[in-house]
Amino acid sequence: MSNRGKGSRVIDWIDYRLPIFSTLRHTLVDYPTPRNLNYWWNFGSLAGIFLLIQIITGIVLAMHYTPSVEGAFASIEHIMRDVNYGWLIRYVHMNGASFFFIVVYIHIFRGLYYGSYKSPREVLWWLGLIILLLMMATAFMGYVLPWGQMSFWGATVITNLFSAIPVVGTAVVEWLWGGFAVDNALLNRFFALHYLFPFLIVGVVILHIVALHTHGSNNPLGIDRKGPQDSIPFHPYYTIKDLFGLSFVLSIFFFVVFFAPDYLGHPDNYIPADPLKTPAHIVPEWYFLPFYAILRAIPDKLGGVLAMISAIFILFLLPWLDTSKVRSATFRPIYKKLFWLLVIDLIVLTWVGGKPAEGNYILIGRIATIYYFVHFIFIMPIVGLVEKPRPLPNSISQSVLANIVKEER
Amino acid sequence: MEIIRNIIFFILFFSFIPNLLLGASSEKNYEIRSFSSDGVLGKIDKAAARRGLQVYTEICAGCHGLKHVAYRNLTDLGLSMEQVKAFASQFEVRALPNDEGEVNMRAALPYDKFVEPYENDNLAKVMNNGAVPPDLSLIIKARAGGASYFYGLLAGYEEAPDNFDVGNGYYNKVYPGHVIAMPQPLYGDDVEYADGTEASLEQEINDLTMFLTWTAQPELDNRKEMGFKTILFLIFMTIILFMSYRKIWKRVKSGIV
Repeated sequence: MSNRGKGSRVIDWIDYRLPIFSTLRHTLVDYPTPRNLNYWWNFGSLAGIFLLIQIITGIVLAMHYTPSVEGAFASIEHIMRDVNYGWLIRYVHMNGASFFFIVVYIHIFRGLYYGSYKSPREVLWWLGLIILLLMMATAFMGYVLPWGQMSFWGATVITNLFSAIPVVGTAVVEWLWGGFAVDNALLNRFFALHYLFPFLIVGVVILHIVALHTHGSNNPLGIDRKGPQDSIPFHPYYTIKDLFGLSFVLSIFFFVVFFAPDYLGHPDNYIPADPLKTPAHIVPEWYFLPFYAILRAIPDKLGGVLAMISAIFILFLLPWLDTSKVRSATFRPIYKKLFWLLVIDLIVLTWVGGKPAEGNYILIGRIATIYYFVHFIFIMPIVGLVEKPRPLPNSISQSVLANIVKEER
Repeated sequence: MEIIRNIIFFILFFSFIPNLLLGASSEKNYEIRSFSSDGVLGKIDKAAARRGLQVYTEICAGCHGLKHVAYRNLTDLGLSMEQVKAFASQFEVRALPNDEGEVNMRAALPYDKFVEPYENDNLAKVMNNGAVPPDLSLIIKARAGGASYFYGLLAGYEEAPDNFDVGNGYYNKVYPGHVIAMPQPLYGDDVEYADGTEASLEQEINDLTMFLTWTAQPELDNRKEMGFKTILFLIFMTIILFMSYRKIWKRVKSGIV
């Protein structure tokens, strides 16, 4: 303690009155973490970093963007051509949205596989789903801002979904539009909300982390920690592991940003919005495609909207739909296979969502949609009751040490 | 081993999923061509782009604008400021109102955007059989297939097959639906190149495609050069961080911590 300088005395003085430094230390340094986390546990921190990247690039873009029907498209081109490194900032923001979704989807699938939604982490899981919903709203409104053809027609299709609400549907749609068509009023409010929502996400992320740290991270074995031998401090072990993962993912991210920046977008969005010309196929961004497929699988408009909303809201019920007492799918031979079937089902839905709604695509989309709901409503509760899980290890440290002995042989 | 398996999975995931999802549903009826701007080390061929500027100015500019490009941007293609000033001064733009409130015309200056061919869209429509000729600034990015599609389109004019009614339009084997409102713009020998290159049809189309690749992505050279350095750095950093990770975790893996 003798070599502590003035700086740490100031820190102590502040911390005694407002414990921000000790809170940060508990969260990022001392936080006892299960010693057996694998790489799938990297995606939470990756999601946080992509959120930060989106907020920082987004604020800079907002300084140069014009939210008006006449000026929006040209102001994007102004950013791309005249603003110093504007092209880089915009390409990072565009592709950052896609990568944010990739990372968050993997994070959710990890929670699904290892049973991270089970007691006592139900609220943690709900908060995550609320973040997902906020992200979807934010991404959708952000895609409207360049006011290209897909922006305009995407906004038209999605806002029109609200007209499916019985009796008040039309009134709700006109209220959303702030007029009688998708026009300047809508673009302006979408810009305002697109700026606001990321900060709501930050708020829910803080709650998500508080909930996480209340009972600590789940782990690949899905068993509770029995004592200090099962944990290691977050720093330096997981800080360095997460940094390595981050650097790896950033390598892929920047490869896309620099060498294929428009690959994940749609060429039609480089055509200025034209309310008189409908594009041949109106397709949402790739991360919405599975939900778009579910929407179109139901022949009735209201039914389609309800199915699409249920697809996410059903995830809130997972803690009760999953009747198994065992968290990790590693010890559940039947459920493990069904999990991968669900992953395949979602890839099929994503693929169908990008195809025109005709011929066999409709049939495939319907089968995949039905399977999605059957998985959660019937398969999950039944498998949890009939399946005989493999024996669980006594403790994390015992399992880890057993592995070390195995590797040394 | 687990790490290698995960890394392979990642690479497969990131390369396979987007291809699967975004695989275009439309049939391609043009060849995929290679251009100097392709690939990780691709660059704009400036000499070709300057010739393309000449084709654009003498042939396309009558109907198609380039409203997002300013004359000053042409210095990217190797024109000097003097040349840019001389080039811009051929065109006229509306000046700001003078002290008497009259609006006169003045010669364009380097900071002006390329002068539009028509005063407004309605005039463009009347002059062109009811279709507004699209602005070409972003045309390469705004069409699926990009430069290859654009090249194919300009080379894709043919006699309409028997029993094919083209109405008021023209037959093009590449254009979706095959009926295009634009008559064949280039035939070969449409311009006399300032640098003495022979103006064959292929040459003209190639040069124009290169010019419009530049107008759509003026940052291309910069972007790829910067990208190359960034990726090298990131790979280096990833390796260093991986080694640090192994070293720090040695204690955990051997059961000491």
